[in-house]
Amino acid sequence: MRLVVDLNRCQGYAQCAFLAPDVFAMHGDESLLYDPEAAEEHREDVARAVAACPVQAILLQADADEPVPTGGGLR
Amino acid sequence: MSGDGSLERLRRSGRIVVVGASLAGLRAAETLREKGFAGTLTMIGDEPYEPYDRPPLSKQVLLGKAVADHTALPRRRRIDADWRLGVPATGLDMAERVVRLGDGTEVGYDRLLIATGVRARPWPNEEEGALGGVFVLRTRDDAVALERSLAAGPRRVLVIGAGFTGSEIASACRERGLPVTVAERADAPLVGALGGVIGAVAAEMHRENGVDLRTGVMVTGLEGDPSGRVRAAHLSDGSVVEADVVVVSLGAMRNTEWLAGSGLGAGPRGIACDAGCRAFDVRGIVTDDVYVAGDVARSPHALFGYQFLSLEHWGNAVAQAETAAHNMLSESSDRRPHLWVPAFWSSQFGVNVKSVGVPSMGTEIMIAQGSRDERRFTGVYGYQGRVIGAVTFDQCRWLPFYQRMIETTAPFPLEFPTVDRRSEGNKPMDADFPDPSVPTHGPTITLSGYSPADRRMTFVPAHH
Ligand SMILES: Cc1cc2nc3c(=O)[nH]c(=O)nc-3n(C[C@H](O)[C@H](O)[C@H](O)COP(=O)(O)OP(=O)(O)OC[C@H]3O[C@@H](n4cnc5c(N)ncnc54)[C@H](O)[C@@H]3O)c2cc1C
Ligand code: SF4
Repeated sequence: MRLVVDLNRCQGYAQCAFLAPDVFAMHGDESLLYDPEAAEEHREDVARAVAACPVQAILLQADADEPVPTGGGLR
Repeated sequence: MSGDGSLERLRRSGRIVVVGASLAGLRAAETLREKGFAGTLTMIGDEPYEPYDRPPLSKQVLLGKAVADHTALPRRRRIDADWRLGVPATGLDMAERVVRLGDGTEVGYDRLLIATGVRARPWPNEEEGALGGVFVLRTRDDAVALERSLAAGPRRVLVIGAGFTGSEIASACRERGLPVTVAERADAPLVGALGGVIGAVAAEMHRENGVDLRTGVMVTGLEGDPSGRVRAAHLSDGSVVEADVVVVSLGAMRNTEWLAGSGLGAGPRGIACDAGCRAFDVRGIVTDDVYVAGDVARSPHALFGYQFLSLEHWGNAVAQAETAAHNMLSESSDRRPHLWVPAFWSSQFGVNVKSVGVPSMGTEIMIAQGSRDERRFTGVYGYQGRVIGAVTFDQCRWLPFYQRMIETTAPFPLEFPTVDRRSEGNKPMDADFPDPSVPTHGPTITLSGYSPADRRMTFVPAHH
């Protein structure tokens, strides 16, 4: 499950770290660290964090069905 | 273009090509589909990977808390693209509207978006740069290799250059318990981006965290052992640093070489475009079918004196890509300008560093809130009597407030008392930026507009 946090927007409220501690963690008082490819088992927690983020800074993959391209080209 | 239905044809069955399949390229592609583009979309990228996120590479990944191969960007929607990954674009023919690729093929377009970004500036001495243990950090592959070498427990890491990336690398090394030396030509870290007043705070942060910080020095040479691995670096003050990992962190170079001879206004400073993301050609005429976005673009900004800004900022890549995509599919009267207020974040030594506006245009700074000694403060930059930028250390919740002041060209020095202002913050100080004619690496914002002091131009009118 892919996700990215817009850290320009994030204000370090730590809601996400509270709701999905296996995926989001505060680093110091304000910096957020997160796992950009979180394990499926945390999907529900992450969905809750996405909904609870006061500035809507977390983007979770919308459509996982698209075929993943792989490099061909010159090699 | 308008009224004759050609825009409708473009939307229905046109060909749009995106060169540079990373953050800006992906967000543009998603926006195109969102706006109803139903034609052929081709994504060309020289890296063999689908678009991934770079900021974690110098943070989570180097800390060993996330894996570099797991940074693929989440998709906002399906984009149904024809992906050409692992193959670089090598040329552009604007008259024929084709992009030439490294594998000898060509792709035709009706609209082209260039989002080729920047790459890490390599160590200037090629032979020394090729020594084992010498790294740069820009790509996923770079991060995998560097992380592996940190995990192996080197005796000492040397970071050359204390911009944002260099500082983040040094911070990660300390957190892993590795001895690290940082060599910086300027008098302090982050000086090019934030000036000497803030640079002094950054320097203290390095030292408190056990970084062996050497400022005002240059690395003059790297020395290898008989097996071709780096073992030491020589500094301009005559000292020698023994290190088995060296990270060259000297800023970035724009990926524009592939456009040489194309007639597009592209060069070492990036690709010039108008506020609507349309590229200029070498004659200064705006193109109608070639657009640019992200780190490779430089565009004029009304809030900052119409200076051309090149921003190496994540948020800019997203916003500019969305605007470019919108404009590609719009009548001229519906186009939007890219007027994003620059914003940037970094995380080092456990401190959240964020900025808005263009601090490097500032001549003065006020510590409007908090205190530098506590590493928790807001610095506000002034330029010609107005607020032009702001930086926070662990006080990011105040940034939107100062952003609005920048947007409304509020007066500087601040005329009102602020919460938590200490007496040291009552008077503006010289922001202490280095002489702009002495380039520092990694300022993250480059002003590249016309300067009356620039006398190098020779005007040679073309004859018909
Ligand atoms: C280690 C690191 C940490 C960062 N941290 C932060 C941060 O904390 N905050 C922040 O705001 N920003 C940060 N950034 C900057 C941010 O990642 C960039 O602003 C963003 O990636 C720009 O996106 P882009 O799509 O314009 O360019 P890029 O991400 O550089 O993508 C350009 C792509 O085009 C490809 N390309 C180049 N030439 C060709 C060619 N001829 N043909 C085909 N493909 C080509 C490149 O290989 C690359 O994949 C960081 C960057 C790095 C490297
Ligand atoms: S909940 Fe949102 S604002 Fe708070 S730390 Fe998480 S991402 Fe940032």
